[in-house]
Amino acid sequence: MANFNLKINGKTHEIEVDPTTPMLWVLRDHIKLVGTKFGCGIAQCGACTVHLGENAVRSCQLPISAVGEQDITTIEGLSENGDHPVQKAWLEIDVPQCGYCQAGQIMTASAFLKKNPNPSDEEIEGAMNGNICRCGTYTRIKKAVKMAANINQNT
Amino acid sequence: MTHVKTQIGRRAFLKNTGLASGGLIIGFSWLNSCKPKAVPEKEMELALKMPKEWSEFNSYIKIGENGVVTLMAPNPEFGSNVKTSLPMILAEELDVDWKMVLIEQANFHPEKFDRQFTGGSQGIRTGWPGLRVAGATARQMLLMAAAQQWNVPVNELTTNNGTVYHKTTGQEIGYGELASLAKDITIPEEQEVPLKAVSDFKIVGVSKKNVDTKNIVTGKPLFTMDLQEEGMLVAMIALPPFGMKIKSVDDSVAKSMPGIKDVFTIQTLQDDYERNFFDTTTHTKIAVVVGNSTWEVMQAKKALRMEWEEISDSEFVMAGFRGKTTIKVPAGLESTEEHNEKMKEMSLKKGNVLRRDGNPEEAFLNADKVLERTYTAPYLAHNCMEPVNCFAHVTEKEAVLYAPTQAPELISGTLAARLGLPEENIHINLTRMGGGFGQRAYGHHLVEAAVISQEIKAPVKLVYTREDDMTYGIYRPTYTATYRAALDKDNNLIGFHVRGGGIPEHPVAANRFPAGAIDNYLAEGWALESNITIGAFRAPRSNFIAGAEQSFLDELAETMGKDPIDFRLELLDRAAKNPVGENNDYEAERYAGVLELVKEKSGWKQSEKPGIHRGVSAYFCHNSYVAQVLELSMDSEMPKMEKVTAAIDCGIVINPDFATNMAEGGIVDGIGNAMFGEMSFTNGVPDHKNFDTYRMIRFKEAPETIDVHFVENDTDPTGLGEPPFPPIFGALANALYKATGRRHYRQPFITDKPSLVG
Repeated sequence: MANFNLKINGKTHEIEVDPTTPMLWVLRDHIKLVGTKFGCGIAQCGACTVHLGENAVRSCQLPISAVGEQDITTIEGLSENGDHPVQKAWLEIDVPQCGYCQAGQIMTASAFLKKNPNPSDEEIEGAMNGNICRCGTYTRIKKAVKMAANINQNT
Repeated sequence: MTHVKTQIGRRAFLKNTGLASGGLIIGFSWLNSCKPKAVPEKEMELALKMPKEWSEFNSYIKIGENGVVTLMAPNPEFGSNVKTSLPMILAEELDVDWKMVLIEQANFHPEKFDRQFTGGSQGIRTGWPGLRVAGATARQMLLMAAAQQWNVPVNELTTNNGTVYHKTTGQEIGYGELASLAKDITIPEEQEVPLKAVSDFKIVGVSKKNVDTKNIVTGKPLFTMDLQEEGMLVAMIALPPFGMKIKSVDDSVAKSMPGIKDVFTIQTLQDDYERNFFDTTTHTKIAVVVGNSTWEVMQAKKALRMEWEEISDSEFVMAGFRGKTTIKVPAGLESTEEHNEKMKEMSLKKGNVLRRDGNPEEAFLNADKVLERTYTAPYLAHNCMEPVNCFAHVTEKEAVLYAPTQAPELISGTLAARLGLPEENIHINLTRMGGGFGQRAYGHHLVEAAVISQEIKAPVKLVYTREDDMTYGIYRPTYTATYRAALDKDNNLIGFHVRGGGIPEHPVAANRFPAGAIDNYLAEGWALESNITIGAFRAPRSNFIAGAEQSFLDELAETMGKDPIDFRLELLDRAAKNPVGENNDYEAERYAGVLELVKEKSGWKQSEKPGIHRGVSAYFCHNSYVAQVLELSMDSEMPKMEKVTAAIDCGIVINPDFATNMAEGGIVDGIGNAMFGEMSFTNGVPDHKNFDTYRMIRFKEAPETIDVHFVENDTDPTGLGEPPFPPIFGALANALYKATGRRHYRQPFITDKPSLVG
């Protein structure tokens, strides 16, 4: 067991936990932020994606001891009122079916668009290919990522 | 105005005050977090203003004094959007403003709601008549209350958007003001309740946003997996391979690990228990680790040292659609290689005759040419994104469960029997499911969680790892089918024969097309026993046989020198005008209708664009008709899906945008499973346990464009969860043939293994 001070969604949390515990389970079981999902546990599906600093990372493979001073952003902290351009686009296109993978999809897309605000189709494919959607909403996700890029540029 | 005769939904109108309310014991506020549709902010504030008093009209409808309406979503939601579309039917007949509607997910209450089952693409089809009557009855009660109030005949009154009007006197009154008076009106008989004409629909047929999208995109806790309750423990299970059972569990290391409360084994179903339909047939004795947090329990699970021993031949009795059956479970450690050999042998033997028209044997004897092809497909795992999990709190008096389940009614009795509690004290609360696809119709996880909670005397959340989920054993069976067509010297089709089999069931639907279109027709089926267990998987059986049949028809059309769409239309024309046999379970005109529509919308008459290769397919299952044209290009050895055009006849479309979403999803899922889906076994051990080797379709592999068209008609609605899925396997195979010159007979199509047949 060890103590960690984590900056999550702009708030500091003091946690006492085994240093090998992945960020995913610290978020879900200890801080009760359950928007970040458990899908595979081996960084293959992307359901657990959060932002570490400005990078999209798989929180199931991120031991809490590796976080250090970096800010963590989860789906709950992406925007205050659910009005981040990516969330707005997801609502407008009405992307989800079951919805379980979508937080991970949104966190991947939002980190990607911040770095690449005007992406090509190929770049979008490259960025989103690590997130599995079992319901098969990929065509809508693609539309929503493009729409979010446009919202970003027009605001 | 039209009337329908139905008793569906009638139970819901009976005022029942003695209902169980176990779900209220634990006040998870998120379960009541019903939000209105995506509407402009100002209107949302208005709609959110909660009323001081609710008037309950029936199990489905409550109206507040301020005009806010609560509609219950009766069926479990696994992504097909029934939480939005079923209440749309209520709202239509009630004639309210959709902006004033709140939607609440019902928990399992068989006394209050009919058929709380999500599966078989039946939610909309079976919900339609009862929900219409439920909505229209409440509207009629409001009209009767207004008639009393104003002392005018009820037939002079009209409604619009939550207001009752009397045109001659110019009076009007909102539903909210009437609600408390109307709820005590004697419930009118069904024949006194008029239903709207389809042409008057304002809500049904107009796209509405999914009522949960805002909650999903902001990460709200909607799933059982998200449930965090004070004092709740976490449990995980450890399973033997198929053909094995637990001999011993060495928990000495695991038990002493941090955060671990206990390690033990449970018997989920007793050996002499007569199983209900959908009681799982897989592992009944499993090892359990219980502790404080998921990660700690996960680590302890890895530290278990378990010994297995081989099972012996056994059998058990199970209830089924056609009464009780005895299921045999053979001993042995099974492997895919051995399965494939056995299936090849069986394909050469005669199966059970399922249907025989004319004299097929003679037709084949007299044939000038016979085309014969064999198709195979492997087991598939469901791989819902939310791994199996369940919350249970069992006390001496009752059991409270929260579960991702498609079928609470199929497990409620099993829970009561296993826990030794009366069934009315089993409370199953329905949460949003992170996928279902048939897997969540099997309630083993509810039994496991409840038995664990009873054992450890605490609220517990059972969580499967991805590996547990993938290796548990509710697989789509492995299948094979051999098709034969007899052609005379003029290339006329004179005989047709399908022989299909699988482990442990055959996939043949003997009375479906092309039965009814060919004079000499024979369908046979066979099955082999196995201890590898299976379950419903999106469009059971159709998910294989559609691809096989539609690939064969494509090759047959080519052999006969015909256009593949025209060939199908010729057969359907025969089936419509002069059907063979009387037991054909499809409507040939509607079948032809989707083919005609897809032909037009895909531009089939124009020749293929350079570099683009296309295939067509059409299938009828689960009461809906779907035809698809898939266009692909080749990027070296890999196909790239350019476009799919789909034509669908599912009767009245309730929510067009989401219906389109379902069709898109079914198509993407089908392409994924056809190209990559495969579960195999070595000595009873599943070869794939997680997404590193079980290949799922990914973003890049989905079609660039999916163009969905619905046949416009006033036929009562049917479902869409399954029908768009099976035919795409055929459309893909047929397009791949055009691209590569090679027919694909064996799924998955993209594999590094040598192709056995094709």
